[in-house]
Amino acid sequence: MSQPESAVADAQAGGRSGQEPLAKLAKRYGLRRAIARPRFPVYLRLLWQRRHFILTYATSRNVTKYSSSALGQLWQVLTPLLNAGIYFVMFGVILGGGKDIDNYPAFLLTGMFIFTYTQRTVTAGAKSISGNLSMIRALHFPRASLPLAYTIQELQQLAISMGVLLVLVAATGEWPTWYWLMIPVVLLLQTLFNVGAGLVVARMGAQMRDLNQLLPFITRTWLYASGVFFSIQAKVVGAAGLPQWVADLMYLNPAASYIEWMREILIPSYNTAYGHHPPTMVLVSCVFWAVFALGFGFWYFWRSEERYGRG
Amino acid sequence: MAELTKELSQVKGDKPADPGKDVRVHPNPEPPGKRPLDVPTGTPTVIVDDLHIVYRVYGAASEAEKGNAVNALTRILRRQGRPQMKEVHAVKGVTFVAYHGDAIGIVGRNGSGKSTLLRAIAGLLPPHKGAVYTDGQPSLLGVNAALMRELTGERNIVLGCYAMGMTPAEVKEKYQEIVDFSGIDEFVQLPMSTYSSGMGARLRFAISSAKTHDVLLIDEALATGDREFRKKSEERIRQIRESAGTVFLVAHDLRVIEQTCNRVIWLHKGKIKMDGDPKEVIAAYNKG
Repeated sequence: MSQPESAVADAQAGGRSGQEPLAKLAKRYGLRRAIARPRFPVYLRLLWQRRHFILTYATSRNVTKYSSSALGQLWQVLTPLLNAGIYFVMFGVILGGGKDIDNYPAFLLTGMFIFTYTQRTVTAGAKSISGNLSMIRALHFPRASLPLAYTIQELQQLAISMGVLLVLVAATGEWPTWYWLMIPVVLLLQTLFNVGAGLVVARMGAQMRDLNQLLPFITRTWLYASGVFFSIQAKVVGAAGLPQWVADLMYLNPAASYIEWMREILIPSYNTAYGHHPPTMVLVSCVFWAVFALGFGFWYFWRSEERYGRG
Repeated sequence: MAELTKELSQVKGDKPADPGKDVRVHPNPEPPGKRPLDVPTGTPTVIVDDLHIVYRVYGAASEAEKGNAVNALTRILRRQGRPQMKEVHAVKGVTFVAYHGDAIGIVGRNGSGKSTLLRAIAGLLPPHKGAVYTDGQPSLLGVNAALMRELTGERNIVLGCYAMGMTPAEVKEKYQEIVDFSGIDEFVQLPMSTYSSGMGARLRFAISSAKTHDVLLIDEALATGDREFRKKSEERIRQIRESAGTVFLVAHDLRVIEQTCNRVIWLHKGKIKMDGDPKEVIAAYNKG
């Protein structure tokens, strides 16, 4: 027991002579580093154990979100409706973007709602760590719980806006078909992608404060590149005369892929009009992005787990 | 920035017991090591090894600079980087070993790194240099950050319990106990924003003390609410201390530290100035 004695003596003298006896003492008594990052599978298990917290936190945030406004939860329906109205007037009526598309309102609404889901998740995810530092500095939990809770919060909102979308699309004359049963599949894949993207931006937002300032630029560029207001095929190949591979490349963008697939489902007239039916490439892209983003997102976020408290 | 101001206000909240006397650097940098160094029962539970903690603090951005994408870009172009970022070296090479059954009080002036040290022991702040080794998972007594003012007390109890890592069964079991202990009765159905500050403090304390811990870190959790509740909470703290292996206590009330701790560490400007018997350390601390 002489080694730890000298270590404590050294410690109390405020200086350290000799090598690392304290690390050895810790090892002898089986103490572990207070802030060691668990191995990846362990981390995922810990995260699963926190599922109740994640769900409760997401629901609580949704409940409190509109608590200060007079209309309260009604805004969950009003916000997507107002957005849809503005975009329809702007791009459909004033700019006349829908001339070469049969059912432009349905086309635009689908694109807008699907894109908004990813955009909101990414924007919220970027703040999930940097906006919760006080919690991270006070409580123990796998930090990925926070970006996950934010994604689930957006998913809960999506359930409402999706209902609005389906009603509106049906109102434009697109009656439900059996193909609508595929809607949950697309949304599931998109959610997996969003979870991964949310985790990636959460870590980036924690380490680069300026990301929150830059995100509006990035998401707006993304919005224009994803063919929300126009058909990529018609604009890029048809109007601009660019080679087909440019359009194909643009369809590989995850947001464009999910939008495209959802349009194929909701608007039967759409998939015959441009001849890219069945869109195998789009299907593959949707699945690839879901799997890749989820795997990479968790891994990338986990790599920095012990450093999020520093700010 | 909200976290920072909270942090600062917390630091400002603790005053030395005798504010009249300014604490100056102790003339003797080698504190007397009174503690029996390796007592037979002494199993180390927390080892802090040459710990350095560096905080990042961001300067306040003016309102006009926030949120606007154009301003963000111009700022990046102009300054080529982050807004005013400072690094604060809060803990500078602290080393000590805590043993099973220890109740360690930590004293020091405002900003001496007490709260930071507790957070590092809890594994919530990454060390810049050095390491903290612990037995089990040390926990801070405090759940405030997870609660939401707009939610009812009921929902906050559930949320807070989950945030501390309880299972649904445990939450169910503890729920009534928390409500009873806090004594807020039918207010539990109302949003926490309608509570008086005393009621809020009672509920927060009741939630955060509902869980048992191996190594417990208490950061000024005492002395909230009216006298009756203070008595209740002191009793609860005693129970927690008995069930926990090791307790660290940061409090501005030196009397509480002298009563409950068997060892006191005096932090000054991020370094240990003295470490040993409560009476001696507190006497030296009061003398400055």
